[in-house]
Amino acid sequence: MDAPLAISQLTKSFGSQTALAGVTLDLAPGEILGLLGPNGAGKTTLVRSVAGRVRPDGGRLSLFGLPPTDAAAPALRGWVPQEICLYPLLTPWENLWTFGRYSGLSGAPLETAIAENLSWIGLADRAKDRTGNLSGGMKRRLNIAAGTIHGPKLLLCDEPTVGVDPQSRERIYGMIGELKARGVALLYTTHYMEEAERLCDRIAIIDHGRIIAAGTREELVRSALGDRQTVTIDSEAPVPPGLREKLARMGASADGRVVRLLADDPPRQIRELLGAFHDEGAAIRDLTLKRASLEEVFLLLTGRELRE
Amino acid sequence: MIFAVAKNRIWNLGHDRAAFVLSYVVPIVFFTLFGAIFGGDSGRDETRKVRVAVVREDESEQARRFVAGLQAEKGLDVLMAPSSRDGTVRAPFTAATAEAAVRAGTVPVALIVPAGFGEKPVRFGPSTDRPKIMLLADPSDPIAGEVLSGLVQRVTVTALAGVPAGSASLLEIERREVLGDKKARNPMIAFYAAGLGVMFLLFSAAGAGGALIEEVETGTLDRILSTRVSMGRLLAGKLVYLSWLAASQLLVMFLWGSLVFGLTMRGHWIGFVIMTTCTALAASTFGLLLAAISRSRMQLVAISNLAVLVMSAVGGSMFPRFLMPPLMQKFGLLTLNAWAIDGFQKVFWREEPLTHLWPQVLVLTAIALVFFTLARRIARKWEAA
Repeated sequence: MDAPLAISQLTKSFGSQTALAGVTLDLAPGEILGLLGPNGAGKTTLVRSVAGRVRPDGGRLSLFGLPPTDAAAPALRGWVPQEICLYPLLTPWENLWTFGRYSGLSGAPLETAIAENLSWIGLADRAKDRTGNLSGGMKRRLNIAAGTIHGPKLLLCDEPTVGVDPQSRERIYGMIGELKARGVALLYTTHYMEEAERLCDRIAIIDHGRIIAAGTREELVRSALGDRQTVTIDSEAPVPPGLREKLARMGASADGRVVRLLADDPPRQIRELLGAFHDEGAAIRDLTLKRASLEEVFLLLTGRELRE
Repeated sequence: MIFAVAKNRIWNLGHDRAAFVLSYVVPIVFFTLFGAIFGGDSGRDETRKVRVAVVREDESEQARRFVAGLQAEKGLDVLMAPSSRDGTVRAPFTAATAEAAVRAGTVPVALIVPAGFGEKPVRFGPSTDRPKIMLLADPSDPIAGEVLSGLVQRVTVTALAGVPAGSASLLEIERREVLGDKKARNPMIAFYAAGLGVMFLLFSAAGAGGALIEEVETGTLDRILSTRVSMGRLLAGKLVYLSWLAASQLLVMFLWGSLVFGLTMRGHWIGFVIMTTCTALAASTFGLLLAAISRSRMQLVAISNLAVLVMSAVGGSMFPRFLMPPLMQKFGLLTLNAWAIDGFQKVFWREEPLTHLWPQVLVLTAIALVFFTLARRIARKWEAA
């Protein structure tokens, strides 16, 4: 069987702006691929290309061996956009009917799918309320159901947990896990690093329209950072300029009160950092030593924080 | 703080240039239009002239002088024969053809000078022995009949009696209204039902077309177009909905007219369905076209207000076209309002055969086709980039 998603050397420009500069990716059934990248890196263009809403300039892109604009593609593909793309005046039932019908379902299978999805997202008892009156988390869940009601084998999830409370987020994680268990392949974009680490089998980091690293969490950390560990110092007061310069010479970065260092030899480097604080008379509130995380990988590769 | 709020709104307006311009242009356009419709100096004489078909069945000198007097009257545009566009001379009006002309709306009023007119002298005072003329009027133009009655008396005095004009009647005028349902309490009901109906149809079509812009703005359109729904199908679906909405609005309007004002629906249903279908299609595609042109909801409101009000003013939704200066009447034909109103008038007022609706059906259908094709083309901007 053809792969749910196979992308090779995909390019796309809008005028003089290059959005995709040769993206290569693939996705296996039941796999969740996290797509991380700073704003403007090309994530949205890539997702929209898979959704058939952007026509690539070059390269290849196929869904189960079909071009994304093929008449059969919509039945295989589901899309959960970042925005809540629902009709606020309609009820959840009516919204699901609309998107189920638009995706090719009708009659009894549609009715069954609506009932199943309403109970899946925990809105069976709110089926007849106005969608606009639902809570943010409920709307998010309905937004996911509207993209999956037709049982797609490939799902594009564009930041599905933006702006929801921790409890709702847990519930959405549960739904994503269920989709994976059903064999659905997911392309998942997020701004939450912990979400990517927790949900995704593999992670691809995109910047300036290119995939600059891809692999499992461990692979990414090892290839980018080796065995280095992260030292984080929380200073009592903002780091003064003199100390900042000293820390910079040791390879540490200071942002406000927080000092970070990727350490090859933690015991020695921590001693040096503490010495520098002591010499400048700066007090330390907290010090932690951790295995390097995806956050550091991202920062190292893109030079930016994920949420910038 | 209050000024900050005001400033924020001014910035918003400034950023939406179309809305900014329209907020100044719309009043000026209206001022100009109403000036033209209700007559500036240029069109005043033209406007006040009453077109009248005159039939002279009497060969007497008195009848000839009376007709010559009518022709010399500045307030009248006397037609002795149907006007022909190619310049050929047509046979003079007869009582039957003149009545047909009034029925068809070619002239608002006809005057028949019957045989034997010259046998009775013109005289003052109450008498049953005065000359008699027949006035055939179309009650949908109540002004024409009244103006003509007055002018006839003046002509009689100056052309026949050779005496100064007084208040007394010299002629007996037998007035007959050749059109109109006797049950209709107000002869203008069919006109207003059609005229106002079409205007509000356009407003609601433009408003409903705004749903498309909302879908664009919320990203829902993107989601829809990633499913099996293509842009063509989406627009066709919206057309079906808008047409249904428009047709039901017209139905409610006419049913209300029949309930409250005695407008007769019986015998007019087929014509009503034909005209409603064409009008609903044309108005709906107009709404779709506006939505496709507009870049924001604010722009849609501004553009549709301008377009609908201008079309309604010029097309006769607010003020009957037959009372407008001739040039404005011709301009009116550029609007779908005029064609729709003419069609409904033919069905309900003039009770013409259904086959006579072909120009209105043809034009409204063509408008719908052109508008839909244009909307579909413009909507390409929302398809995959």
